[in-house]
Amino acid sequence: MTMAGEEKAGTVKRFLFVNRKAPYGTIYALEALEVVLIAAAFDQDVSLAFLDDGVYQLLAGNDPAPIGMKNFSPTYRALEDYDITKLYVDRESLALRGLDTAAFIVPVSVVDRGQMAAIMAAQDVVLSF
Amino acid sequence: MLHTVNKSPFASATLSACIEHITPGAALLLIEDGVTGAVAGTPAADLLAAILGRCPVYVLQPDLAARGLREARLLPGVELVDYAGFVRLVVAHEAVQAWL
Amino acid sequence: MAYEVDGKTITADEEGYIVNLADWSEPLATIIAKAEGLEMTSNHWEVVNFLREYYNEFQIAPAIRVLTKAIGKKLGPDKGNNKYLYDLFPYGPAKQACKIAGLPKPTGCI
Repeated sequence: MTMAGEEKAGTVKRFLFVNRKAPYGTIYALEALEVVLIAAAFDQDVSLAFLDDGVYQLLAGNDPAPIGMKNFSPTYRALEDYDITKLYVDRESLALRGLDTAAFIVPVSVVDRGQMAAIMAAQDVVLSF
Repeated sequence: MLHTVNKSPFASATLSACIEHITPGAALLLIEDGVTGAVAGTPAADLLAAILGRCPVYVLQPDLAARGLREARLLPGVELVDYAGFVRLVVAHEAVQAWL
Repeated sequence: MAYEVDGKTITADEEGYIVNLADWSEPLATIIAKAEGLEMTSNHWEVVNFLREYYNEFQIAPAIRVLTKAIGKKLGPDKGNNKYLYDLFPYGPAKQACKIAGLPKPTGCI
């Protein structure tokens, strides 16, 4: 057994995790979060993108206990401890859903479609959830 | 960047989300239920027609055949690829973004 | 596997992590530590309690690098380093201390 964080730093790649699903209806959001934390433990350059229904993942005040699920929203606040600070949120997806980042659990950068497209194009690896 | 879309545009907004984030030099490959987006005369085909000038659009032939669709139904300009062609596209692009 | 504490059987997985996080208690922690060959001291408790607080706040057990940094921030640089933590928990602070703290195995541990 080895702990990822103990490995000698090797190649650093730019990883983008694209989140397009609301939390709790499917397992995508939670699985993405797990993989994000693993990538960060391997000292990779990690960014997160939230678009379409993925923006719902960042709302504060989730209470999934009544549907029998673990609340993983607090884990987004641990991302900073993992040196993950590049969280990009699609402006149009927010507007379409009547949301704004004041209701979010963590600070994010709101970007327009063109900026998001450029962020995606600049990655070595893109993983979609 | 090679973008893949595997959802039908009649059931999900995945194809339009992908098209909105495609940059010049990228390519789009429709697979699984995503192949239905390339059928001419549909709203999805209109979206594809608008990007064909700057991004090639491919359709995975086995997925098309499995659904009883034929090349004659497709938007002109869309190219068919087989599994080997899929692999060549992956190799030809620096990264793959799978839109789910 | 399982642990016996005060006549109660607490189920754990094959690596010794307890299955139900609500089963945790300080006497259980002492018993898990013993099974790991460790005698709990105030320094051990400090790390175990830190992990439990971290889990309560963020719902995850932190990876070793994160744990080391966070402990350094809270308890000072003489404790926020690998040597100090490995002296306390020789089989890996995140892994062994998490087990004693009744938490799941940390994400990023393979």
